Amino acid sequence: MTLKTRIIPCLDVKDGRTVKGVNFVDLKDAGDPVALAKAYDAQGADELCFLDISATHEGRGTLMDIVSATAEQCFMPLTVGGGVRSAENMVALLRAGADKVAINSAAVADPSVISRCAAKAGSQAVVVAIDARAVGDHWEIFTHGGRKETGIDAVAFAKEAEARGAGEILLTSMDRDGTKSGYDLPLLKAITGAVNIPVIASGGAGKVGDLAPAVIEGGATAVLAASIFHFGEATIAEARAALATAGAPVRPLAN
Amino acid sequence: MSLVALIDYGSGNLHSAGRALREAARLGETGHEIRITNRAEDILAAERVVLPGVGHFADCAAGLRAQTGVVEALETACLKGGKPFLGICVGMQLLAETGREDGATPGLGWIAGEVARIQPGDAFRVPHMGWNELSLRGAPHPVLSGLGAEPHVYFTHSYAFTTADPADMAATASYGAEAITAAVARANLFGTQFHPEKSQALGLRILSNFLSWDP
Repeated sequence: MTLKTRIIPCLDVKDGRTVKGVNFVDLKDAGDPVALAKAYDAQGADELCFLDISATHEGRGTLMDIVSATAEQCFMPLTVGGGVRSAENMVALLRAGADKVAINSAAVADPSVISRCAAKAGSQAVVVAIDARAVGDHWEIFTHGGRKETGIDAVAFAKEAEARGAGEILLTSMDRDGTKSGYDLPLLKAITGAVNIPVIASGGAGKVGDLAPAVIEGGATAVLAASIFHFGEATIAEARAALATAGAPVRPLAN
Repeated sequence: MSLVALIDYGSGNLHSAGRALREAARLGETGHEIRITNRAEDILAAERVVLPGVGHFADCAAGLRAQTGVVEALETACLKGGKPFLGICVGMQLLAETGREDGATPGLGWIAGEVARIQPGDAFRVPHMGWNELSLRGAPHPVLSGLGAEPHVYFTHSYAFTTADPADMAATASYGAEAITAAVARANLFGTQFHPEKSQALGLRILSNFLSWDP
């Protein structure tokens, strides 16, 4: 009788295909995103995330088609991110079938875009994606798919995102992304302790046993993973069972 | 073919609601045509009406009132005419007398009560976002029938409808100190705070129930 931990498979999309890399490079093909989305819907994923990892540089028409085709066949919430620069970009993605839109580089470059998106579509549709890496004794934000250092403190930025109307934070540890060594729990704790909006843990899940600590120790309300699901290492049901065993609330499998 | 008027007033979940209603009509073999429309004559000709909605109460209220003749047609068809009505998320909240998101905004006022920010307590994050369990109140409403044990549906909202008459609450969800209104019902009017169009098989069942509901 409470809100359940969301298990969110994430599809990193590049040029219309799902890819997955290690530390944001060395990408390998993981399949057709629409087919994967359908499979995850059938498995009972709690939500789905598409991140167009090429979109900051390239065209975004392909992504719109994928979002639309996915929304046509899947009846679960869909978050889409990558290359979103304005409230207008956001509205276009929502109209194509996204329920939430993740903003990353544009929000860091100009945090007022968060306020404009929230005013246009409501906070519940605005996810601020933070890619952070440890620098000395704190974490700093990197943008443009992890290629650009900003010198901005991740905790301070998370607070600003909340104050400007973000409804959720998608927190990716760049140190852990694709390494399968588990989520960065100190980073998660720092962010979940600083804000009162939901935080999605991302980056580093290598086995289903990595999921529960993000919730129980890290304070995350959702866990995002890619590699463990795309390459058949774990099913959504196994992830759910592992969370339940560890004491994290999950949606019953029956529905 | 029986017509369902799905009201187009710029809401973000319009097409998702349309796809889910079409799927629900197919699964339930109800044979409905789902028509996305902002025309009063379609509302008056429809067998039932669905009002979607996401985002900001005041924006949605203004968007709805900007559609020529739509509020009047809804009143004629549903409030006075008794056609089955389903409001989803802000489409449900608009049934209230007042929304208190950035000041007070009048709603349709069909069900007495107010929409205000949820205050679940310090340990609970807002928005209330994710899958939560429905607690049905009183005799199960036909739209919420056959959902099985522990029915979970998808919520994403920071504001909730508190009805003046507790009997207008058809279901709640537990989040923090107070139960959040998950569904409202009065006569031929039904509304969900959660998103049936995003609640997988259970959501399609609820929509299918709505399509065959004969209040």
